[in-house]
Order: sequence, then structure tokens, then C-alpha cells
Amino acid sequence: MEQVTFKGFYDFLLEGKLLGLKCLDCGAYTCPPKAVCDNCGSRNLERAELSGRGRIATFTTTYIAPAGYDKEVPYTVAMVELEEGPWIVGRLEIENADEIGQDLIGEEVEIGGKEYPTEMFYPDKKRRVVPVFRLLRTF
Amino acid sequence: MDKRDVAVLGVGQTRFGYHPDKTLVDLFAEAFYEAFSESNIELKDIEALYYGNFVGEMTDGSANLSGFIADEIGLKGIPARRYEAACASSSVAFREAYLAVAHGIYDCVVVGGSERLYNAGTAIGTRALATAVDGLHEMTAGLTFPGVFALAARLYSKKYEVPMDKLHEKMALVSVKNHKYGAINPKAQFYNKFGDLKVEDVLNSKVICSPLTLFDCCPMTDGGSAVILASADFAEDVVDNPVYVLGTGQSGAGGLFRQREDMVRAIPRKKAAEMAFKEANLTPKDIDFVEIHDCFTIAEIIATEAMGFFEYGKGADAVAEGVTWIDGELPVNPDGGLIGKGHPVGATGTSQIYSVVKQLRGEFSYNPVKNAEIGMTDTLGGDFGTLVNVILGIHRRR
Repeated sequence: MEQVTFKGFYDFLLEGKLLGLKCLDCGAYTCPPKAVCDNCGSRNLERAELSGRGRIATFTTTYIAPAGYDKEVPYTVAMVELEEGPWIVGRLEIENADEIGQDLIGEEVEIGGKEYPTEMFYPDKKRRVVPVFRLLRTF
Repeated sequence: MDKRDVAVLGVGQTRFGYHPDKTLVDLFAEAFYEAFSESNIELKDIEALYYGNFVGEMTDGSANLSGFIADEIGLKGIPARRYEAACASSSVAFREAYLAVAHGIYDCVVVGGSERLYNAGTAIGTRALATAVDGLHEMTAGLTFPGVFALAARLYSKKYEVPMDKLHEKMALVSVKNHKYGAINPKAQFYNKFGDLKVEDVLNSKVICSPLTLFDCCPMTDGGSAVILASADFAEDVVDNPVYVLGTGQSGAGGLFRQREDMVRAIPRKKAAEMAFKEANLTPKDIDFVEIHDCFTIAEIIATEAMGFFEYGKGADAVAEGVTWIDGELPVNPDGGLIGKGHPVGATGTSQIYSVVKQLRGEFSYNPVKNAEIGMTDTLGGDFGTLVNVILGIHRRR
């Protein structure tokens, strides 16, 4: 069982690398990392660097922010299905998501990380690293 | 071990809305004494308190509330505990209370909840609600609760191949329906307001998290609710109209990113509902009406499918075809739901119990479900994470 802490996960993301766990029993990938394989529950896992590519599964542009995020609105949150299977949540770097609408679903993206100031309740008291999704083609 | 039958003696609920002048304790006390006054018992009969509250720390700077509440309402020294399961807090508390009475640990208990989110203001309220998404991997992107259901709405549109604008029109009908019923419920936050809301009003209101607009969302609410539960034998000795708990179910899931596209099928809800139906020895066809967790318009649609009332992908049609309206085959949220009645998070679950009990006793005069004998509640905590279903009826379990 190889541990990947949340700090390690986000340190690597800032370098443009997406870390996950590969299950040595069923072959499935788990990302972000957790204590067991997300597919079969095994703890026979090894650290794996994922391709960092995926497709947009769904998204929303947020206009009303919670306390601590108000300077960032409007922002677009998306869920991306990674090439290896897992889904992750992050920000889609695009200004006109609502104009494009449902056509964004299925679009290919590459994943990176961007550092933001932390906020009062966020578990990392030094920084907030946000997964960011960049579209591979322009609209 | 066989479980004993359990029944509701009394129910209470504050007016939902804005209560800057009442504390979490005050709101619970008001609901409790309404429930107590119709239960025909003495305070000394109540052996334990089960309290649901989500974010007392953030809205009122208060934790460790259950013991304070027991003391403040005259139940000095009884075992008291607080349950936190986001919007399902008092439903989890209700189920734990039910199980304790069913298994003979107590004969008579009180369960309920209170919350003050309206008073906290939109920014704190939105952040407080967002503590129920994954605190690390979802919160970092600024995912909010309207955001979660906006993600679900777009996924629903894609998965079931309903164009987003057509789906939104059907979602808007959930808001129109629930505001129509909330506007005639004297305890609702929007009593006498928005009763003649139109689909266009919903579609054209301010966008919160696209595609969801203000009228797709339930409001921030202050309020309290309480239920007094006892063994059925105890209940039949003290009240004329006990309402029986026929079945309960609970399930859970990880963050939205772990659920993936299953989020629109709300698998924990399917499991919880099946657990409740099995315990009650009933099927979805036996249910006369439901109070469902419509925190957002799309949420009601997804819920009706996962609970087994409609096929996956057909819930949106059900509201459009009138099936879920008061005169339809399955009235959904005749009390106005979270959208019309309000959503004081920790108090919502036992408020649903309040409405179902009132309906079953024939006391819900402003929007009655005709000849209702069996009702059901559905409460969702978090982003499709914690799910609780409760089935209640006017006869003992068969």
C-alpha cells in the first residue's frame, strides 16, 4: 500500500502531474487517492501517474459564491472523466461556458493545477490548489 | 430480535422563515411544546432526546447543543444527543430514535431539529451548506449546493437525451407546483407568496449556478420541528390517532466524484427506499403521497425515479403530465416541499414527518390528499450522500 497524502497530490498537480493509485488486484485506477481501491476495496495499490487528460462530463457556472470564494465569481466548475476512468472536480478555464451550453460535454481537456489563497474552513491552511481543466480546442 | 411497532404521538413545527429573534433552542422548544401538547403525556415520560442540527457552530457559534436543549425545555438530565448528517440530520435522528424504541431501549422519546440559515446571511449560509460537499477535493473548486444540482441537471439532460431547455421547462414545473402548495401552507416560508408563479418566472429569474435559477432553489430558512415517538402499545393507551412507523431505510455514498454518473440515479436513495419498503412489506404502488427532498427542482425529479415511483429518465415527464400534483396519482410535496415551505436544514426531516402525520390524521386541511392511509418521506443529506426514507401509516404494520 503506497500512501499519497492530499499535500502530495496537490504538490504534484501544481507541477502539472496527476497522481492516482493503481490497483494491483483489479487494475482499476483511483483518483484522487483514498485508503482503498475505489472499484474493489483492495489495499494492494501502487502510486501511478495518470495521463492528465479526460473529457467534460458536466459543468456549471457559479454566480453566487460562498464566503471565501466571492472574489472569484463567476467561475465554472466541471467534472471530468479521466482517461483512466475516475472523475474529478475542478475549474474549467473558459469565459463563455453558458453560451456554449451542453456542447461542452464530451470535450477533451488537459488537467493542471492553480494556486489560490486558502479560506477560513479549507483543510489546507497555507494554500488552495484547484484542479484546472484546459480545453484542447477553442470555441 | 423482533422489533416492536412504534408510533407517533405528537408533532410540532414552527413557522418557517426568518427568525432573527429566536435561538436554536427557542425554535426547538416551540416545536417541541406543540408536539408535547397533543401527546397526552407528562414530561417525565420522555426518556431521551434525539436532536438534528447541521451547522450550529457556523450560524450561532454553538455546538454540544443537545444537552443544553434538553435542559432548557424541561427535560433535565435525560440522555440527549445531536445528529449531524447535513440536510438529513433530523431524519437520521428520527431513524435512530425509532430503532431505539423498536428495540425496547426506550418507550417514549422526542426527536427533532432546528437551524438558522436565513439569519446567517447568503455568503455564510452558502459556505455553511457547502461544508456538506467533499471538504477537500470538491470545495477547492468552490462547488456549492446549487452547483451540485446544476451538475446533476446537465448530466440528466445528456444521459436521458432531453434538451437542456426542454428539461428546464419541466424542472420549472416542480417550482410552480411546490410554490403553489407552499403559498397555502400557513407554516411555510412563502405562505401567501408565489402561489401563481409561472414557468417563465422560474426560467427568467436570476441565475445562481447555470442552468439553475433562483426559483429552481429552495430558500435559506430558520425553523424547528419535533416529533414524539413511543412504542405502539404505549401510544394506543394515550392518543386516539397514533400514526405508525411502518418502515425506515438509510444509505450513503462518497463524494460526487466517487459517484460519477450514478449521481443522477441516486443509488443510496434507491437502497434506502428499498430497505424501507422491505421493512414495511410494501411497494411504491402502496404509497399514497410523498414528502420529498426538493432542495432544487431537479432533485425532486431524480428522487421520484430513485425511490421507484417512475423509471429512470421519466420523472421529468411525471411532473409535466400532472402525476405528482395534488390530484395526480402520486402527490409529491403537498406541503410545499423545501422549495415552497423552506429548508431549515437540521429541522427539515422531522418537518416532513410533521406534514405526513398531519395528512394521515386528516388535519392538513389546506392541501389534503384524499383518503391517504400511507405516506412516505425522503431526505437527502449532502451531494446524494446520506439518504433516509420513512414510511408512515394509519394502521400497524401487516
